Amino acid sequence: MNGAQSKQAVGGAPREAPLRRPSLLRRIWSAEHWMVHLALLCISVGFLMPFVWMLLTSVKTIEQAMKFPPEIVPRPFVPENYVTVLTHPKMHFLLFARNTLIIAVLSVLGTTLSSSLVAYGFARIKFRGRGVLFAIMLATMMIPFPVTMVSLFRIFRWLGDNGLGQWLGTYKPLWVPAWFGSAFNIFLLRQFFMTIPEELSEAARIDGCSEFGIYWRIILPLSRPALAVVALFTFMWAWNDFLGPLVYIQDQDQYTLSLGLQTFQSMHGGTEYHLLMAASVLVILPVIVLFFLTQKTFIQGIATTGMKG
Amino acid sequence: MRAAELRQLGKGMAFISPWLIGFIVFTLLPVAMSLYYSFTDFALLKGPLPVGLDNYRELMWEPHPRGRFGDPHFWNSLKNTFYYAAMALPAGMLVSLGLALLLNVRLFGQAVYRTIIFLPSLVPAVASAMLWMWLFNSKLGLINAALMSLGVKDPPGWLSDPRWAMPALAFMSLWGVGHTVVIYLAGLQDVPTELYEAAEIDGAGRWRRLWHVTLPMISPVIFFNLIMAIIGTLQVFAVPMIMTGGGPARATQFYTMYLYDNAFSYLKMGYASAMAWIQLLIILALTAVAFWSSRHWVHYQGK
Repeated sequence: MNGAQSKQAVGGAPREAPLRRPSLLRRIWSAEHWMVHLALLCISVGFLMPFVWMLLTSVKTIEQAMKFPPEIVPRPFVPENYVTVLTHPKMHFLLFARNTLIIAVLSVLGTTLSSSLVAYGFARIKFRGRGVLFAIMLATMMIPFPVTMVSLFRIFRWLGDNGLGQWLGTYKPLWVPAWFGSAFNIFLLRQFFMTIPEELSEAARIDGCSEFGIYWRIILPLSRPALAVVALFTFMWAWNDFLGPLVYIQDQDQYTLSLGLQTFQSMHGGTEYHLLMAASVLVILPVIVLFFLTQKTFIQGIATTGMKG
Repeated sequence: MRAAELRQLGKGMAFISPWLIGFIVFTLLPVAMSLYYSFTDFALLKGPLPVGLDNYRELMWEPHPRGRFGDPHFWNSLKNTFYYAAMALPAGMLVSLGLALLLNVRLFGQAVYRTIIFLPSLVPAVASAMLWMWLFNSKLGLINAALMSLGVKDPPGWLSDPRWAMPALAFMSLWGVGHTVVIYLAGLQDVPTELYEAAEIDGAGRWRRLWHVTLPMISPVIFFNLIMAIIGTLQVFAVPMIMTGGGPARATQFYTMYLYDNAFSYLKMGYASAMAWIQLLIILALTAVAFWSSRHWVHYQGK
């Protein structure tokens, strides 16, 4: 549906161009245009300020960070704070980063594969009960995590007690469920798959392609932007998750960055803000870098998926 | 059922089987179990022993001296969560819609503005909690420094002041509206330009176009964001847990925090399960109200 609309818009553009041009010029010179600019400029400064302050604090000495009223420019400039954080005896930053990365990568792989498979079933195969099952799936998005939290804890312990592998105290409770699809991702991918013309599947079917072949060789390659959105969201979600690791991880060597950062904070009683900011920068940085690397695909994906519901 | 239909059913089930299995094992079973637990006395090593409605009674209507009913911390955490939602939810909806409208105006640097507004929503909850603790710090924080330089003599202690801690958390939540803005922007792009041109020809000014064209056209998106906001806001956990731990004086103890404490600190798992079910019912009720009201203000285009 969305695909068809955007195609129309693209097709209509050249015809509209002569009508558009004067109004664009008029717009640039209008007072309104500059007011929007000014508003966005102020808001952007507000949105960036916390980042800037975090970066500045992260390269100050503790004495300067604790000064009031605060001084803006770090003097002396102490990038060594980052070395202090990375080699801190209590905050095993690189180990925590590795742990988080393992969970995030396994979750991304699992949810991208399984959610796309399920989304294909909901989008492209007509079968009895499809509508009901899809509605049930959407409804599960409303279930708060606390409802399943205690029972899942029990289930994972039961599995361990009955020789079905060690679950508690491992990362499995955090990434295995991702291999069974997630409702939000399935919904998103289904909306995207529905915009791919049915004729492509028909042609492949006539050539003797199996249903799985159509999914794997036609639909998936055409859905890269949507898959990128799912992958990025899942990565961010796993990277950010706090409650999950808090419930399932006990051993400090297995901490994720979120747990580690929180422990680091509570250990220092909220005084060493220069180190805390440096550690926060290090936790944020990977997600921001990943976003800029995938930005193009990401924006394309959001524009074309059914993100709008 | 004919053979062809049966074959389709088999194929469909094969494709959705990962979700179906996951749904049964990771959702249906635990949900059913927690419903059962909510009617039991269940510590980690003891139980579950069926106790009927005891947990619900202790939570909600057990009479206490001085005319109080139920668990005061339960009611307090529920009240706090609603108080927060009453601030953060409407503010978030308005700010994100407003930002999306501004970011939808075609101008030089639009992509840069969009990126800047989106960036904070990428920040992990724990990291943004650290950052805002520093900004809100009552003695050394940037916010109070700015307020004092503007002439405010005695700025609030924010997170250490029971009256200001909650507004501070709600204000901070606005920093992360980027996700919602992006969804609004995607919706705004789908409003056909012909509609604006037609409205302009009919002499509709900027505000009337916003009210009569833009808002009705994106009302399904507003609805989607509203539902997501209701579900998310009522489950807030990580940020206040780290920033205030529920304090000062339990002024920021959110529902999920008290639930978590019951489950894993006091090991009252039956009690916690009852709380979880009450939370689920509240979310369902509010979502149902939203769905019911949507008939009056959400316009779906005929396909």
